[in-house]
Amino acid sequence: MATICDSKIPAGPLEKKWSKHQAESKLVSPANKRKFEILVVGSGLAGASAAATLGELGYHVKCFCYQDSPRRAHSIAAQGGINAAKNYQNDGDSVFRLFYDTIKGGDFRSREANVYRLAEISNLIIDQCAAQGVPFAREYSGLLANRSFGGAQVSRTFYARGQTGQQLLLGAYQALERQISLNAVKMFPRTEMLDLVLVDNHAKGIVVRDLVTGEISSHAGDAVILATGGYGNVFYLSTNARGCNVTATYRAFKRGALFANPCFTQIHPTCIPVSGSYQSKLTLMSESLRNDGRVWVPKRKGDNRPPREIPDSERDYYLERKYPSFGNLAPRDIASRSAKEVCDEGRGVGPGGLGVYLDFAESIGRLGEKTIRERYGNLFEMYHNITGEDAYQRPMRIYPAVHYTMGGLWVDYNLMSNIPGLHVLGEANFSDHGANRLGASALMQGLADGYFVIPYTLGNYLANQSGKKASVERPEFKAVEEQARQRVTKLLSIRGKRTVTSFHRELGLLVWENCGMARSAEGLQAALGEIPQLREEFWHNANVLGEGNDLNQSLEHAGRVADFLEFAELMCLDALDRNESCGGHFRVEHATEDGEALRNDDDYCHVSAWEYNGSGKQPTRHIEPLIFDNVKLAQRSYK
Amino acid sequence: MPVATLTPAPARKFSRNPLIAFYQSSIGKKWIVGATGAILFAYVIGHLIGNLQVFLGPDRINGYAQFLHDLGPTLWVIRLSLLLAFIIHIVATIQLAQQNKAARPQAYAVQGYQRSTLTSRTMVVSGLIVLCFVIYHLLHFTFEATNPVFRTLEDSHGRHDVYRMLILGFRKPLISFFYVLSMFLLACHLSHGFASVVQTFGINNSKISGIVARSGESLASLIFIGYISIPIFILLRIVH
Amino acid sequence: MNFNLKIWRQAEGSAAGKFVDYQAKEIPAEASFLEMLDIVNEGLIARNEEPVAFDSDCREGICGTCSLVINGVPHGPGKAKTTCQLYMRRFRDGDTIWVEPFRVLAFPIIKDLIVNRSALDQIVEAGGYISVRAGSAPEANGIAVSKRDADLSMEAAACIGCGACAAACPNSSAMLFTAAKISHLGLLPQGQVERSRRAVSMVRKMDELGFGNCSNQYECEAVCPAEISAGFIARLNRDYAGSAVKEAVLAE
Repeated sequence: MATICDSKIPAGPLEKKWSKHQAESKLVSPANKRKFEILVVGSGLAGASAAATLGELGYHVKCFCYQDSPRRAHSIAAQGGINAAKNYQNDGDSVFRLFYDTIKGGDFRSREANVYRLAEISNLIIDQCAAQGVPFAREYSGLLANRSFGGAQVSRTFYARGQTGQQLLLGAYQALERQISLNAVKMFPRTEMLDLVLVDNHAKGIVVRDLVTGEISSHAGDAVILATGGYGNVFYLSTNARGCNVTATYRAFKRGALFANPCFTQIHPTCIPVSGSYQSKLTLMSESLRNDGRVWVPKRKGDNRPPREIPDSERDYYLERKYPSFGNLAPRDIASRSAKEVCDEGRGVGPGGLGVYLDFAESIGRLGEKTIRERYGNLFEMYHNITGEDAYQRPMRIYPAVHYTMGGLWVDYNLMSNIPGLHVLGEANFSDHGANRLGASALMQGLADGYFVIPYTLGNYLANQSGKKASVERPEFKAVEEQARQRVTKLLSIRGKRTVTSFHRELGLLVWENCGMARSAEGLQAALGEIPQLREEFWHNANVLGEGNDLNQSLEHAGRVADFLEFAELMCLDALDRNESCGGHFRVEHATEDGEALRNDDDYCHVSAWEYNGSGKQPTRHIEPLIFDNVKLAQRSYK
Repeated sequence: MPVATLTPAPARKFSRNPLIAFYQSSIGKKWIVGATGAILFAYVIGHLIGNLQVFLGPDRINGYAQFLHDLGPTLWVIRLSLLLAFIIHIVATIQLAQQNKAARPQAYAVQGYQRSTLTSRTMVVSGLIVLCFVIYHLLHFTFEATNPVFRTLEDSHGRHDVYRMLILGFRKPLISFFYVLSMFLLACHLSHGFASVVQTFGINNSKISGIVARSGESLASLIFIGYISIPIFILLRIVH
Repeated sequence: MNFNLKIWRQAEGSAAGKFVDYQAKEIPAEASFLEMLDIVNEGLIARNEEPVAFDSDCREGICGTCSLVINGVPHGPGKAKTTCQLYMRRFRDGDTIWVEPFRVLAFPIIKDLIVNRSALDQIVEAGGYISVRAGSAPEANGIAVSKRDADLSMEAAACIGCGACAAACPNSSAMLFTAAKISHLGLLPQGQVERSRRAVSMVRKMDELGFGNCSNQYECEAVCPAEISAGFIARLNRDYAGSAVKEAVLAE
């Protein structure tokens, strides 16, 4: 039976909630801060900014990342920008408008209070980052430049060339390195969290594996902060980095943390399509290409003629046909889904028929190649480098790819999960983006959580934890460590016939087909039947070579895939349970007559937070109702 | 401590004395090499201008030699300064080279140079051969140790007959050949040296780096042509 | 396409390493260099041989994790790209390809082609930051930065910290990396307060770690995936000399 989660949202008017909460939050005295040890897992925007800020406040911080340097966390790959309600452009932006756009963009499946706080904090982030030396784009006046992004009606996006993520991450990384030099933070690179340790039902430590020596050890702390990113790699192919994984959050789930809305994933429409089974990664192309490119596929199934030989009358410009007013600029989820539909009909182009054309011929004819080159030269070059094709001569091929996961561990207003002491930041939590994330919002959320939320809210937990630090000598640690060791031994002793990658690829395809852009009860049920079989085969037939006591990439991958094989089931279960279409979650049974997403606000205006009940048992669904006091729920229309 | 964060013990340490510490740092040492190099570069040009007077006849160059000789203690100050610059330049460079060698304990199996020039990669070799040349050159023309007979040459004004000394010295093809070869290596050394000094002194930037590199090459070529013109003209008996 | 690979294998940092020959067969021309290695590794696992260990993560050229030296060139042939963005169509069918780790004293080999580049983090730790406490920052538009300086700073900040500069340098010098960070911060008004201390302590840390000295040969610039200009090294040389004097004079 579903229970209601307590989100601990402060009472009072929306715009006063955060300041009131800050004022009422418990403080930890400087002398006591020194006594607390905080474990931060992950060093992306959320993790690095949290570790640096907490170190600066006087806490003892340990920060862990699987990469060889905290600077390499995947936040680095974000291109577009970061939103803030500065209203520097005098174009009518405000904290409320940023809040409203984010709530609406999330298809009304996120928490008002959290999103409003995010919008409020957005301005502080820009101040902080500019002071840190993030080289944001500037006007000739020397003041900060903005651009409009992701279809927003105001220009509120701050950017640093096409590498805003890298520059913001370097800002946080540098702040982190500074704290490392001051011995406030101790960094553990090439170290992977394998499990969470609870002592008296509080999160008091983690078990990690040193990826170089293979040593499995425990770290005890007064609070654990997970900032371990999203789970997009459950699809095998995604725009995520190869190492991104669900292990930390999934292990926390298995220790009792609720996993919220795992079926909310974002699929980005403009990626370079898959070219073969060997492919390891999908590359995102800026969405801006859709401003001047026309999307089409042949009208006839299996039309293999080169694109230029297909006359206009035999082409289907399906976005322009279906959405005459938005045309090629239809929102991400709609553009993605439409591409899938035409490919499913057998009209896709390129290897495997999984691609659609993004054609610049008309724009080149109208504006000249020079103009197109000025606007998109670097993207055309990147496309040429990857595919070997010249997009000035023939249309680009694009296809949607998994890009971001809105779901994550459930957290309350303090960013603490239902396990006391376990805090979750950034993409790893579920709180701010609902069923669909707007462009330039991910960077904003990661930094808001790390620089400006957790430093305030952590005190609420720690204030009562004085003297309750657990030692790694406790049996709870020994037990979890032992389980982690056994798991490694078990993985290494399978010695079957199939590579770990082949399992990961198969799983990815399975969830992509059934829990990707369009989901049906039938497909999800089929997936729910197949995933346990695949998992079963994995544990009997995977081949993980080498030893556990040195650097062993196969073993690392195997551990992550083993968790994906369990997590995928949770994701499909959530997708099956959510009998509506919203944002990135499109259930074919719940569509309007025109095939558009149909939300069910009467029954699903809530967060589904899943509780683990043990291996082989159905997880329990808890719900947190979403209450909208400040916005009116509306149906999106892009016709 | 995880192995991944371990790095070797400090390869270099720094003195508390800021002057020594400056010399100990990589960039500081390069400044010193650059500064001494610049002094020697200036000397190479000055020496060339002096030598080219051989084409103006015996009177001019012998007079010039007498003028230098009459400087007395000043001449020695200049000579010792040059010697000091020369020694510092060599010692610092050798130290840099040793550190550089240590920084790459194992060479690549395949060399894939992209941008560097042969002259830039062979600065130490060209420098050491030029050093040998300078020693021989001093013994040959300055101390006249290799050919004591040079000491007896006097012109009609009773001055040391440098003109005759040059003619006699360079009429030997082997000596001229070694001289030309050394000048070639010196030119190579100066070609990279010039651009390098501009870079080390922080005057360079991406806009002018091409011009700087070409200026170094042109200047080095002119110096090369200037210096070798003397033995060649003597060998060809145009100057006699 | 088929290739003869000569890959450096080394069980661990202290072990001796050697080149081992592998055949890469039926590699699609569209595969990236790392995907080619993935295919080779899948084949090795199928034969119960331990796969080749190499670093990679984002595989889109921004994280700076991949680090191979291919035929003597860090990140392989071609300008302004990382190894993960190198595609096999660049090679000819039947080519012999040498694959080595970065060979830099300050980057000890961990296993096979993986090296430890934490020395670069240590250089940043020595002063590659602006000390600003979260919450204490002034209003962002309170600090005007000329577009020229901001753009130049951005060019330096584009460094992805892969370490190819040190790997390519005949002297294993990390000057381009260090110069990029010092220039990025030194060009901005926000970075002025700590400028001289930053330059002196970062350069000394770089030296302490055992990187070689810059001899102005610009191999670094040629292989840099982020196209960082060696002009920033000139800027650093200038900055360091001035800073060393300033620090010496200001020291008690």
